[in-house]
Amino acid sequence: MRYSALRVIKEALTGHKGWTPAWRDVAPQAHYDYIVIGGGGHGLATAYYLARDHGAKKVAVLEKGWIGGGNVGRNTTIIRSNYLLDGNEPFYEHSLKLWEGLEQDLNYNAMVSQRGILNLIHSDAQRDAFTRRGNAMILNGADADLLSTQTIQKRYPFINVDNARFPIKGGLAQHRGGTVRHDAVAWGYARAADQLGVDIIQNCEVTGFRIQGGTCLGVETSRGYIAGGKIAACVAGSSGRLMSKAGMRLPIESHVLQAFVSEGLKPVLPGVITFGAGHFYCSQSDKGGLVFGGDIDGYNSYAQRGNLPVVEDVCEGAMAIFPMLGRVRLLRMWGGIMDMSMDGSPIIDRTHIDGLYFNGGWCYGGFKATPASGWCYAHLLARDTPHEFAKAYRFDRFEKGQMIDEKGVGNNPQLH
Amino acid sequence: MIINHPLLGPRDSAEFTYMGDAKLIDRPDWQAPEALAQFIDYGYMRDNPDGAHRELWYHEQGDRSFLVVTRDTTTHEIFAVELARDVARSRGQSR
Amino acid sequence: MSQINRLPGGQIDRNQTLNFTFDGKSYQGHAGDTLASALLANGVRLMGRSFKYHRPRGVLTAGSEEPNALVELREGARKEPNTRATTAELFGGLTARSQNKIGSLRFDLMAINDRFSNFLTAGFYYKTFMWPAAFWEKIYEPIIRNAAGLGSISLQDDPDAYDRGFLHCDLLIIGAGPAGLAAALTAGRARAQVILADEDFTLGGRLNSERLAFADQSGADWAAQTVAELASLPNVRIMARTTVLGAFDHGIFSALERVSDHLPQPAPGKPRQVLWRIYSKGSLLCAGATERPIAFENNDRPGIMLAGAMRSYANRWAVTPAQRVAVFTNNDDGHRTAADLHAKGVSIAAVIDVRPDAPQSQDYEVIKGGQVINSRGRLGLKSIEVVLPGGATRQLTCGALGVAGGWNPNVHLTSHHRGRPEWLPQIAAFGPPSQGPKTLRIAGAAKGELSTADALRGGADQAASWLGENGFSAAAVELPDAEDAPVSMTPFWAVKGCNRAWLDQQNDVTVKDVKLAHKENFVSVEHLKRYTTLGMATDQGKTSNMGGLAIMAELTGKAIPEVGTTIFRPPYTPTAIGAFAGRDRGTDFRPIRKTPSHAWAEEQGAVFVEVGLWLRAQWFAKAGETHWRQSVDREVRATRESVGICDVTTLGKIDVQGTDAATFLNKIYCNGFAKLAIGKTRYGLMLREDGIAMDDGTAARLAEDHFVVTTTTANAVSVFRHMEFARQCLWPDLDVQLISTTEAWAQYAVAGPNARRLLQKVVDPEFDLSNEAFPFMACANITVCGGLRARLFRISFSGELAYELAVPTRYADAMIRRLMQAGEEFEAVPYGTEALGVMRIEKGHAAGNELNGTTTALNLGMGRMVSKAKDSIGSTLSERSGLNQTDALKLVGLWPVNPANPVPAGSHLMAKGDPVDAAHSQGYVTSACFSPNLGHSISLAYVKSGDSRMGEILRLVSPLTGFDHEVEVVSAHFIDPKGERLRA
Repeated sequence: MRYSALRVIKEALTGHKGWTPAWRDVAPQAHYDYIVIGGGGHGLATAYYLARDHGAKKVAVLEKGWIGGGNVGRNTTIIRSNYLLDGNEPFYEHSLKLWEGLEQDLNYNAMVSQRGILNLIHSDAQRDAFTRRGNAMILNGADADLLSTQTIQKRYPFINVDNARFPIKGGLAQHRGGTVRHDAVAWGYARAADQLGVDIIQNCEVTGFRIQGGTCLGVETSRGYIAGGKIAACVAGSSGRLMSKAGMRLPIESHVLQAFVSEGLKPVLPGVITFGAGHFYCSQSDKGGLVFGGDIDGYNSYAQRGNLPVVEDVCEGAMAIFPMLGRVRLLRMWGGIMDMSMDGSPIIDRTHIDGLYFNGGWCYGGFKATPASGWCYAHLLARDTPHEFAKAYRFDRFEKGQMIDEKGVGNNPQLH
Repeated sequence: MIINHPLLGPRDSAEFTYMGDAKLIDRPDWQAPEALAQFIDYGYMRDNPDGAHRELWYHEQGDRSFLVVTRDTTTHEIFAVELARDVARSRGQSR
Repeated sequence: MSQINRLPGGQIDRNQTLNFTFDGKSYQGHAGDTLASALLANGVRLMGRSFKYHRPRGVLTAGSEEPNALVELREGARKEPNTRATTAELFGGLTARSQNKIGSLRFDLMAINDRFSNFLTAGFYYKTFMWPAAFWEKIYEPIIRNAAGLGSISLQDDPDAYDRGFLHCDLLIIGAGPAGLAAALTAGRARAQVILADEDFTLGGRLNSERLAFADQSGADWAAQTVAELASLPNVRIMARTTVLGAFDHGIFSALERVSDHLPQPAPGKPRQVLWRIYSKGSLLCAGATERPIAFENNDRPGIMLAGAMRSYANRWAVTPAQRVAVFTNNDDGHRTAADLHAKGVSIAAVIDVRPDAPQSQDYEVIKGGQVINSRGRLGLKSIEVVLPGGATRQLTCGALGVAGGWNPNVHLTSHHRGRPEWLPQIAAFGPPSQGPKTLRIAGAAKGELSTADALRGGADQAASWLGENGFSAAAVELPDAEDAPVSMTPFWAVKGCNRAWLDQQNDVTVKDVKLAHKENFVSVEHLKRYTTLGMATDQGKTSNMGGLAIMAELTGKAIPEVGTTIFRPPYTPTAIGAFAGRDRGTDFRPIRKTPSHAWAEEQGAVFVEVGLWLRAQWFAKAGETHWRQSVDREVRATRESVGICDVTTLGKIDVQGTDAATFLNKIYCNGFAKLAIGKTRYGLMLREDGIAMDDGTAARLAEDHFVVTTTTANAVSVFRHMEFARQCLWPDLDVQLISTTEAWAQYAVAGPNARRLLQKVVDPEFDLSNEAFPFMACANITVCGGLRARLFRISFSGELAYELAVPTRYADAMIRRLMQAGEEFEAVPYGTEALGVMRIEKGHAAGNELNGTTTALNLGMGRMVSKAKDSIGSTLSERSGLNQTDALKLVGLWPVNPANPVPAGSHLMAKGDPVDAAHSQGYVTSACFSPNLGHSISLAYVKSGDSRMGEILRLVSPLTGFDHEVEVVSAHFIDPKGERLRA
């Protein structure tokens, strides 16, 4: 079924009888050419691009719960490609370009809203660093714009400049950045993949890998054994748990990141804004809630919930730049589990086990990467060579000393 | 969270700085034949268990002790707290 | 009388009449009223508009679970959107406005949405608005955004203060209804430290709403009497107006106390609210239960409310929503509402009970086996349509309808650790999970113990049991003879065949939407929630979730517990962001560190700059200087020509002592320190274990077993932490002690050709400062000004003959003044961080911009410093191939081919003739300045193989800032490359 305004009108006039499932509920088959483990944004996107661009016929996505229930459904919905390093920037810029055409590709309105993202600058050294970053973005084909404090005040007249502990000295903007309705990304990819014949199998937890002679033959699941030509792990947040079933240790730790939403408000924030002297980023959803977040809690956790110090730290950041938010109420806080990698950058690579592939280590940058991650992972799976844009995301970069460390904090996952 | 410091009793975790997997105590011998490979494993590879995890907490806003805390990463329950210095000695670190 | 719906009795103070306005119209209420009860008393049922369809809405509840009656409370900077009229305490002069409307509340232009509701079903926006693509941001989204949202904010800074505080207790009791009060009495009398917190301003919970709670006294009276006893116990802290928001790890709870929200504005010096962090040994949740509605067509009109709420308004606030009311129920509780309102003289149109065996009444009609299937009334209920067991229908005129669908335990906090609520079949509701927070017990209605007697017993028993397990001896508390009716209900969620029957009244989610979600395979509870927005409103589904689950269960043919439930997240009720931030806002966002000669610097006209938490003098503006460059150039010139003084106190200073101090530093620094002579200082480069440069500084050996290490300002804390890690975790048997002395010593750089002559005037004469006696890199404990102990280091960041003089902090102000005085004959100047930066760039010293966490000793041109002859942190991993590529970036200097051009930091470098893109980048500019000594801009840069490209012309590009011109690669040592000055 194709979605369109006409279809909505027609269904409205005929009692909504014609709508069909956005994706089918199917039982697993005995064998697939590709088994993608993880029905999150990345996994569903991988399956979609495998089917659409690489002619893959028998593709399954196995999801232990319900699709979109992991980090694609619990992030702060920001998209951007404002990265500094050459290992990252082309990848994220490709992702942003895919976002720009996503809705037409998928025939699903994920509300890709390019309202811009602004990183505030609070010191001369920060301006130097952001200048370098902005130039790197432009040289990689992305957009960047250095804004003066006056321009920022025009856009955010209520921002705290006069009474600030760390004065705002400008900002680096990416006008093509913005937000996307996160759940809709999972549903849109699921629906589009389903229409290409991908089997999306929910409530199917992978409990083990069948590995013989260094080759992965298939997966044991809560719904029985499923054989696969290529097995593609794609469960960021649970990577440690899953890959330990294949006997693998990873350059990754699992950490909890909290996020927050306020009660609905009439429009107040025009775009995404990030506070560079603390750790606070915020945007306003189409529904009117302020969606915001900050640092990870900073200790290993699989618990999907955090603690008060970070909650307070984030709200302090909010009140530092927007003291008008004091009476706005925080409605809900939640936690997601991040694959914090050792250099803050992801991994899309083959493993040492034939037939077993890995996609993870997204830290808290995974949502914006969804389309490109699926795109590049599908490429790797189909052709067994890394995609040009993801060629830096290899396991062996640590061994070789080719870390992609945007923040420059080294092998301290809790600091990325 | 509350960490029961072996010397000071229960303290709020906000007084501490998390310093990662306690395996960081097991720094390899720089002169071992496979030293580089061992250092790469030491520096980058983690067990990252869902369950009991031994990890370093630094009492930065306190007595500056490094502690080895054994904590469940699925429930945050803390089972044991030791002085890292004692753990390091017991694991053969000396001088 | 204006309060036409005011009844006799209640817990309001009729002697205190309070004036207030709603939508500009004046009304009166009484002390003890909420805004909602006062409006109802005045006959106002219409209080808001729904989120999507802008349907007229009145109160559904009488508590914090209210989804409908949300208002903008107060005016100006104190305006708070989305405030529940049901919990806002009335005060004299209160102003409130309805929200989410265009036009007036009665004639909201956006109500047109309701006409198009058939098009605006769940998730319709995912299926359209895609063409043309560019229209989303420009047309569709702005329309949607302006239509969405609820209240608006003032955009003015919040004028009120918030505090954060810490409390400790043995037992935290959450909720002061019958269970909580019985528990508090038990624990309080046992002398345990008890905190009893309740969100309401009057303690007692449902007891205040019930006429018939006890045999011989009213619920409210017993509650008041119990609270009075508790208040007399010094070990019990009663916290009214305090909502426990969340259960965190290890018995820590967060709670919000609304200190001043019931006042026109906070009293002077008082906060608006206090966010408490409560550390509890044990905790007991007595949060009661929330009533749930029944879905039927048009069940959302003002006047239709929960039956328990209707009873609360009548008994506690002496208010009826209308003079003639009806009740729709599936259980005995609904009959209590009818009986109570009847007793207060309200006309009962009928009680419609879905159960054929419903109890009879002498006082009013009971329609057994009946159902309410529709309602009428544009802006408020006028009549209901009832279907009788035989199928015939009847219209009943009534201005209000109480709906009683059963009670859901308030288990929210029990699932804050992600335990899933578990089904309690006897009350057809979800109860607490078996895996809740470890120290949290549950009692009363929150546990599914719905009768008053059960709640009292449950509270007392749980408290007694906890006390017994924790070493308290608790005596049994005599409990009053309370209502003990068994729960008699028939689960009934929705009238058959209903469609526009509201489940989530705020978000406008109807039964029809759930059906659509089911049709489109959004059947998991999480999909249902996210696709339809069921339960995502400001009440977080407190009154709506169960209805939605029940409908989905029916559609999928599953039992409700099989469908499952979403879990609750903190906070229990929405909480002001300001409260979480406390006082850490504005200039108080983070503490300010000032050096001990800050006041002196202020006197000299210093312009300060934030450096981490520090404020440092950036430059010292003199009269007549209108641009910062004038000041900085002057300071640089004066220093290089004669002498300048700079406050470098903020640099990290770490005392390293012990017989193994040298051994330790030898492991910490990549270069050798074992053989550093006493009285000598050495530059040291510290690597992280991954081989990347971490920090640089100096280590001065003052004695065999005593070093003073300096770090950069930015890394003072992290370097100390790193050294403590190494000391305790890696080499625990080394005899070495560390202490941070950054705050203990003030330190001044005295730099320039006249530095020695200046210092000789303050250093006591027995210390020989001659070049021979105290050469470059010397250090010593000395005395100054006639016996004041000090430390002197002959080190130079500026490249000049320079010293750093350290004195105990308390002498800092006197020292800087003495130095300046002694420098007068040399026209000594104070210089700030800008001049410091210029001089270090001129000299080619790396700083934060170069030590950016990704660069190695090799990049810095110090590759050979990394000793291979010893073990030091980072040395092994620095050998990895990727860190030793032949075309590695090297630190070089740049200057512009055309001297008029700047060489701005952040620019990228391209080889001449190459395409300008990232793939061809040859490096980037790290630090830049105008060199007053050279008369043009200079910079430091990382350039691929830069050390072998001296003299090459590169193209500097900064598309971001619009620069594109040629620069020449030169040595980073722009000034005195041989180092003759600093050795002079």
